[in-house]
Amino acid sequence: MKIKKSLAISETGFVFDPSTGDSYTLNPTALEIIQLLKDGHSPEQISQIITQEYDVDESAFERYFYDFTAMLKQMQLVAPDEE
Amino acid sequence: MKSNKLNIAISGLNNVDSPGPGIPVIRGIRESNQFQSRIIGLAYENLEPGPYMHEFVDKTYKVPYPSEGVESLMERIRYIHDREEVEVLIPNFDSEIFVFIKLAERLKEMGVSMFLPTLQQFEERHKSNLPAFGKKYGIKVPDSYPVTSASEIFDLKKEQKVDFPLVIKGKFYDAFIAGNSDQAAIYFNKISAKWGLPVVVQEFVKGTEVNVVALGDGRGNTIGAVPMRKQYITDKGKAWGGITLDDPGMIDYTHKLISSTKWRGGMELELIRTDKNELHLIEINPRLPAWVYLAVAAGQNLPEALVQLAMGETVEPFTEYAIGKMFIRYSFDMICSLDEFQQLSTTGELS
Repeated sequence: MKIKKSLAISETGFVFDPSTGDSYTLNPTALEIIQLLKDGHSPEQISQIITQEYDVDESAFERYFYDFTAMLKQMQLVAPDEE
Repeated sequence: MKSNKLNIAISGLNNVDSPGPGIPVIRGIRESNQFQSRIIGLAYENLEPGPYMHEFVDKTYKVPYPSEGVESLMERIRYIHDREEVEVLIPNFDSEIFVFIKLAERLKEMGVSMFLPTLQQFEERHKSNLPAFGKKYGIKVPDSYPVTSASEIFDLKKEQKVDFPLVIKGKFYDAFIAGNSDQAAIYFNKISAKWGLPVVVQEFVKGTEVNVVALGDGRGNTIGAVPMRKQYITDKGKAWGGITLDDPGMIDYTHKLISSTKWRGGMELELIRTDKNELHLIEINPRLPAWVYLAVAAGQNLPEALVQLAMGETVEPFTEYAIGKMFIRYSFDMICSLDEFQQLSTTGELS
C-alpha cells in the first residue's frame, strides 16, 4: 500500500491532503505506521517493527493495522492505483 | 512603479455575515505595488460597514439601487465622477453587473473604465441557462429549470424531469435543498419574495463543493485562477473558512472554460466534485467573490490585475499560488460616531 505522495505529514501528527483540503490528526502510533508506509515498508515488516517495539501480539496488531489501512482508503489518502 | 494614483470606485461594501466582495477587493488593490489608489465607495445602505472603514474607503457616496433604473444610477455616477474623477469602476454585486454592462460605453466616454463580461457572456451563464451553457461548451452541469410558480415545480416532478432532493435557487443569490414538495413550495415562496422571478430549480448533485476564483482577459487567456474548498460554511451557505487546493484538474477546467468562452473579467466557479471525481459546474458568478483576498494572500493579486486590465494594460498571467493557504473570516464590532452615520444618512456622502 502506498500513501498519496502529495500528503504533508508533520512531526506532530498533523496530516494535510492538498488535493482535497482535508486535514487529520494522528496519534503517535498511527504517525509511526503512516511514516513506515510512506517509506515503503510492507505490512509484514511494519508488523515486525511494531510488535517488537510495543506490547502487542501479531494477530491483534494485524486486526488494528487492517482497520487503520481501510480507514486510509476510505479517506482517499492512499495512492489511486493502490485503492 | 507606485507613482501613479488611480481613483477607483467600488461597490459591495456590505461586509456582513453574507459579505459583498468590495472590502476584500479593496484590500488587494491597497496592497498593489503597481499603483496607489484613492477608493471611492459606492454604498446602497447607511449601515453597510465599508463606508466607516476609513483605512479601506477614502470617500463614500450612496447610489440608487439598480432596480430604480439605469438613468438614475447614471446620473449619480456622473455626479460622483464630476467630484472624484473616477478612472476605474468595479461593481461587485451580481444584481448590478447587468446595469453596468449596459452603461459601459457611456461611462467609457466619461473616462470611467470597467472590466466586465460581455452581455452575451453574462446572459448565457445565468443559472436558468446553465444546461444550454454546458451543452455549448461541453461541460457537465446539473439540469436546471426556471420556474415562475411553485406548481411548475410539481409539474416538473410529475413529468419526471426532476426528482427530490432538488436545489431551489434565487436568480442572484440563495439556494436551499428541498427534500419534498412542501419544502420546495416553502423555499420557492421565500426566494421569490426576496429575489423575484424566475426561481431556478436545479438537480441536486451529490459531492464536495469546490470553488475557483479566476480572471479572464477577454481574449481567452486566464490571468489567474485559485481553487479553494470551503472548510466552514455558515447557515447562509457562505464560506467562513477555506483553504487553497493543489488541484491541477480544477485549474485545467478553468483554463478551458475561459479559453472557450473568452471570459472577460472576474469570475467565481462553483463546482461539485462527485465520488467519481467528476466536476459538475453548478454556477458561474460574474465577478470576483468575497473570498478573493485568499487568492491575493496565495500570491495572485487578482483585484490589482483587474484594475490593470481595466486601464488597458497588459498583464502577465499568474502561474503559481500557495497551496494550503487558509482564511478564517471573523466578525468585529466597529465603533462609529453618530456624526458619520448622520452625514451618510442625510447627505449621501461620507469622507
